[in-house]
Amino acid sequence: MKLIDALYKDVPLATRNEITPKLGFALTILLALAWLIPFLWMGVATLRPASDGINLMAELMPSLKPTLDNIRDAWEIGDFPRYFLNTTIICTGILLVQFVTITLAGFAFARLEFAGKSLIFYLFLMQLMLVPVLLIVPNLRIIAQFGLYDTLAGVMMPFFASAFGTFLMRQAFEAIPTELEDAALIDGASLFQRIRHIYVPLSIPSFSAFAIISVTSHWNDFLWPLMVINSPDKRPLTVGLSVFTATAEGTQAWGTIAAGTLMVIAPLLITFLVFQKRFISSFVTSGIK
Amino acid sequence: MSLAEPAALPVAAAVPPRLHIVARFSARFKVSLPAYLLLLPSLVFLALFTYGAMGRVLIDALYQRATPKAPLRFVGLDNIAAVLTDPAFTGAVVNNLIYAVGTAIPSIGLALLFALALARTNFVTSALRAALFLPVLIPMVAASALFLFIFLPNVGLLDYYIGRLLPVVPNWLGDPDIALYAIMIITIWKNAGYYMLFFLAGLQSVPEDVMEAAHLDGAGPLMRLRYIILPELKPTFLFVTVIAILNAVTQVDHVFVMTKGGPSNATNLVLFYIYQQAVEHYDIGKASAATLLTLAALMALTALSFRTMANREGGA
Repeated sequence: MKLIDALYKDVPLATRNEITPKLGFALTILLALAWLIPFLWMGVATLRPASDGINLMAELMPSLKPTLDNIRDAWEIGDFPRYFLNTTIICTGILLVQFVTITLAGFAFARLEFAGKSLIFYLFLMQLMLVPVLLIVPNLRIIAQFGLYDTLAGVMMPFFASAFGTFLMRQAFEAIPTELEDAALIDGASLFQRIRHIYVPLSIPSFSAFAIISVTSHWNDFLWPLMVINSPDKRPLTVGLSVFTATAEGTQAWGTIAAGTLMVIAPLLITFLVFQKRFISSFVTSGIK
Repeated sequence: MSLAEPAALPVAAAVPPRLHIVARFSARFKVSLPAYLLLLPSLVFLALFTYGAMGRVLIDALYQRATPKAPLRFVGLDNIAAVLTDPAFTGAVVNNLIYAVGTAIPSIGLALLFALALARTNFVTSALRAALFLPVLIPMVAASALFLFIFLPNVGLLDYYIGRLLPVVPNWLGDPDIALYAIMIITIWKNAGYYMLFFLAGLQSVPEDVMEAAHLDGAGPLMRLRYIILPELKPTFLFVTVIAILNAVTQVDHVFVMTKGGPSNATNLVLFYIYQQAVEHYDIGKASAATLLTLAALMALTALSFRTMANREGGA
């Protein structure tokens, strides 16, 4: 009873005794537990020794003799360190170029007047709906024409401009008082110096929000890298995991699959659990990626 | 009065303003130049991979090869006709419609329930929100790898705990009548937590005093939901619906990992069909035609949603 009181202490007294909200809350608790089951199974199956046999594979009670064999097997069968490196290169490369493009474009929209501003603004806005993944076929042809087929640069390039990032930075820059910039202008600071020393340092929260969205979405990209990359040593994590899963599925090595999946999602899960609040507020601003 | 004179007058009068316009235009351009330079890097990539790509699709959709090695020739709308009469494509469209409705409604409904239950912030609700949000973060490919085992016949998680209660154990991914619904479960599991965030944000704009007044007037929780909360959340619903439909078109990674569109095309979705045409059949013409049709449908949806949003703002 004490726990329930603690949970409901900020509910208005008058409605505190209503039953329906409590039923909804109970249902949500049940569903949240159900939502965790795949993760629970992943953890339990990773540690389950192969000697338990296929019939106990689904058991959610942890094995009494946990083993790290599955993790070792997954590490040896799949080329995971290489996949990690590739995904890291792709995400960092995209993010660094995006930082430059969205800062410059965001500043232009926030602080400069120019001919055709609203037309150009709509050109950016349209990109939000024309999701790049829909344009995989023509983009693959363009990448091939540039000679970037089967390269990490080819995977990154279509994402270098980001309408979402541009709008996010425009919003952040608009909130910065112009007096600051005027002061720097009097001191003779050039346009780039003003962006570099006034606008960028004051917009770090927006940059980090954008970084979270950009890295998570490209960490998880699958179809596009699958089309661009051909050589096994250039595969990112997602493509590597799908190949690994297809191989291990043939031998019914479900413990190894669980271990491989765990390795792929662990970095994101750990980062999320550490920076939970920041992740959630970034995803709220993301709307359309 | 010669004939030339009246004609000369307007010409003479027209020249200075035209020069004036050019001068004004170049002056405006000079003023705008810094902005153009700042926008240039973004515009180059937008031009290549968004608008250039769209142009490319338009052109590619009009050409076809008779055999894989034959030269390209102009075929007009033949590719579009070929796609529209391809039972695999129409099947994928029907599947995609079922999939869109069957994932959007449950995941939005669940998201609303979660948001209503977890609107207050304390340690329990924060933990529950995190649990519901976890699937959003992981790659669809990783989710598919986990659900491959969950749906595994006989020894998989679902059959181990629930399947034995059923008279006939279903083959979740192998039965053409069930596979599409199995695929939908993954999508609902993965997206409900994401949509929950928008409802949580939307709920903050529900005025507390109106809720209290309604309570004093005798409105129970469901009445308050129906007449105060839901109307307040209308823009959130619209926004989340658009995202859910976009996701239904663009998220096909699990189809690739789990079913490859099978059994007998029961889980084929439009984007996976496009992928198959381009990568497995090397048929760029058909892949482009299918892309074009999908883009047209999405743009119609965008126009519609913008109009609805504008109307709503105008009305309110």
